[in-house]
Amino acid sequence: MLFLRYFGAVVLVVLTPVSGASGDALVLSGVTGERGGTLVFGQRNEPKTFNPVIAADAASRELILRVMADLIHINRATQLTEPALAKSWTVSHDGLHYVLSLRRGVRFSDGQPFTADDVVFSFQVYLDEKVRSPQRDLLLLEGKPISVRKLDSYRVAVDLPRPYAVAERLFDGLAILPRHILEPVYREGKLAQAWNLSSLPTEVVGLGPFRFKQFLAGQRVVLERNPYYWKVDQAGIQLPYLSEVDLEFAGSEDTQVLRFQAGQSDVISRMSARNFAALEKDRVRRGYTLSDVGPGLEYSFLFFNLNELPEGASPEAVARQRLFRRASFRRAVSVAIDREALVRLVYLGRAAALSTPVPLGDKAWVNAKLPHIVRSLPQAHQALAAAGFSRAPDGALLDPEGKPVEFSIITSAGNAERLQMATLIQDDLKQLGINVHVVPLEFGSLVNRVFQTHDYEACLMSLIDSDADPNPDMAVWLSSAGNHLWHPEQKTPATPWEGDIDRLMREQMVTRNRNERKRIFDRVQEILMENLPLIPLLSPDILVGAKNGLGNFRPAMMDHYVLWNIEELYWRAEAR
Amino acid sequence: MNRRWRIGLTSIFIALVVAPLLLAGFVAPYPYAEQHREYPYAPPAAVRFVKARPFVEVGGRWCEVRLLPGNGRLFGVAAPCVIFLSGTDGNGRDVFSRLLYGGRISLMTGLLSAFLSLALGLAAGVVAGYFGGWPDWLLMRGGELVMALPWLYLLLATRALLPLHISAVEAFVWPAAIIGAVGWVRPARLIRGVVLSGKERGFVLAARGFGAGHAYLIRRHLLPLTGSVVVTQATVLIPLYMLAEMSLSFLGLGVEEPMPSWGNMLTEASHYHALILHRWLLAPGVAAIPVLLGFLLLADTLLDGRHD
Repeated sequence: MLFLRYFGAVVLVVLTPVSGASGDALVLSGVTGERGGTLVFGQRNEPKTFNPVIAADAASRELILRVMADLIHINRATQLTEPALAKSWTVSHDGLHYVLSLRRGVRFSDGQPFTADDVVFSFQVYLDEKVRSPQRDLLLLEGKPISVRKLDSYRVAVDLPRPYAVAERLFDGLAILPRHILEPVYREGKLAQAWNLSSLPTEVVGLGPFRFKQFLAGQRVVLERNPYYWKVDQAGIQLPYLSEVDLEFAGSEDTQVLRFQAGQSDVISRMSARNFAALEKDRVRRGYTLSDVGPGLEYSFLFFNLNELPEGASPEAVARQRLFRRASFRRAVSVAIDREALVRLVYLGRAAALSTPVPLGDKAWVNAKLPHIVRSLPQAHQALAAAGFSRAPDGALLDPEGKPVEFSIITSAGNAERLQMATLIQDDLKQLGINVHVVPLEFGSLVNRVFQTHDYEACLMSLIDSDADPNPDMAVWLSSAGNHLWHPEQKTPATPWEGDIDRLMREQMVTRNRNERKRIFDRVQEILMENLPLIPLLSPDILVGAKNGLGNFRPAMMDHYVLWNIEELYWRAEAR
Repeated sequence: MNRRWRIGLTSIFIALVVAPLLLAGFVAPYPYAEQHREYPYAPPAAVRFVKARPFVEVGGRWCEVRLLPGNGRLFGVAAPCVIFLSGTDGNGRDVFSRLLYGGRISLMTGLLSAFLSLALGLAAGVVAGYFGGWPDWLLMRGGELVMALPWLYLLLATRALLPLHISAVEAFVWPAAIIGAVGWVRPARLIRGVVLSGKERGFVLAARGFGAGHAYLIRRHLLPLTGSVVVTQATVLIPLYMLAEMSLSFLGLGVEEPMPSWGNMLTEASHYHALILHRWLLAPGVAAIPVLLGFLLLADTLLDGRHD
């Protein structure tokens, strides 16, 4: 049986390069390599589930996406969409109707064929409210779900309830599920419990380059080559090249770094600038390469609490709130922050200062016309004086009512970089006469304060966008959204400018002309920088490393930063 | 060496080690929060003597170190020179200055919490030992409960509930208060033992026979008996509580930035990069050794005396 399976795979390989007729394998032109070998990767956190439908944490998702495949994929290097399980698609003129042609002859990792039924089933599951998939929100446009219909065995029609600017990007990361395995479980209403950590690894079946071989809680996950994978290189060799991938759980970044340095792991992803510098020391002797991919999709910012105060708030809280609501105050704080020092001291230069709250990795969407924010205490003083602030004889800043300005910044205790940024900002603002307290909080209680109790004054935080596009941040900019950090879930926009942003963001979402979208989003950024609900700080660089013998290693600034092209990675002969 | 000499010598040793910490405002060349942003992670400065005059190297330049440069500090260099005897941290703050200020905080926390726990322990121990009965049962069982609680986890859990605005004094006092409040049980048990045996001594019984009241008996006859226990306990508890403060701050529960303590300074040193590239950040760990050793030696000497 094993022989037959393998034989099947070989036939697929032989046929595909000739024509796309019977087997529809995806040929990666320009990719060459050699088969065999194992890759060891030090994974920071353990997965919580193997179920792509309910996985919400990064560790689980990053792992699952190595054994699953999507219809249309975003190429992490070019950031453009490219065919995956859907080999081509057509769009109607109004942008509402898509027809996707599926690849023929593709098989799941258990050898069962893949058809349009699997696609329809997958969307049914993701959209089912009872399943509570975190992916569901992505498939709703203005609250209405997209619909997916089977046209024939290899064609599906996707209908959008309204035009969506980047509809193709919706499909990225949406794992297509094996109907033959999951449908009975789904009918019983037990889909959310399927494929948990106690399932046998071989039960998890997907269309990705690898399949699960072994899972040892607290230690490792071992992936083995999926013999039915549907991509081949330019010579017609079936991918992936690697026979096995061994993901070992490290638990902390320092452990990841130590293991990488000792040669116990082959690739390291997303380390801090300090660890990058520490690894640099041994680079040549140990035979690894470190790369700085440049600023990624993460951006850090400071924001003030602009929520409505609860009934019976203390007079101090009311006065502080009045202060935070002054755009002139927020602008003075922004211009008093020495972003260059944050970049240099906290990230050792491996980050970039921001002049708009859009991550620098999102290059195409950053409004380049916005001026660079250069630290200027005189300018800050001037702005404050114009707004009626004054200085006490001891240098303390007094608000227009004559009270000293004092507030606390909460930040996650677990993140050394953000904590250091907070202490530097504390010192910057001291020079304005503002007494700032830095309060490191455990992440859970920080989130609780920001989103639930609204009991904080200012917060230093980072967000990581899932895609290089304005849409992932809709939930941050819309005033009614839950992630509208400074004042979430407003019934009606609290300020005229928040109303303007709502309108513009909704407009860009349905605008299909890219230049027009860019113009709208530029305007959004201008409004954001006039009012500074988020005071942008910086975007850290993506810092990664790999052993020298690893071929086709092309780190990207989107997740999974180092293993996104895992099917193309291979060991050069000398490294084996 | 006789005991009195040994006590004297260890006391002098402690005084020498502790004096620069207590005089941090004078001995340290910089305030603890001053950031020299041009010099992050500067290594410890090289010092050289030319004709008995000290010079330090900063970025390839040699600058003369002057005593009493006139800014109220013991020593310093003229601007734009800088002097970092023990290097700087990631914010360009002088580790040597922070070491002294931080040591002062760790030491004061140790002293304050030792005082607090001894005061509580003395009160509880005397009451339990002297009166016996239900007060004894209540205090001792209560004490066992306090000892059985996993305090560190409770503290980690309750930290999030504290108000966001804490003044510098509160930030310093609350770890000391907690350590002291948790630590009363051990001294209380010892003192209870002393009081239990003391109240059966002939002169106490005689005084009671002559009609002495409880307050008089405790004040005149029993408290003096506990003196040596209290002193030796103090010498044991001070280093113990300094370590406790360091652990709390290390875990982010003690004093907060920018105020230094040996614990929160070591947090930065615990990262991998510090062990590889910035070893001078471990200075607080090294500095703690003579201070803790001094107190423990003193405790040892005092205990030796008791056995004689």
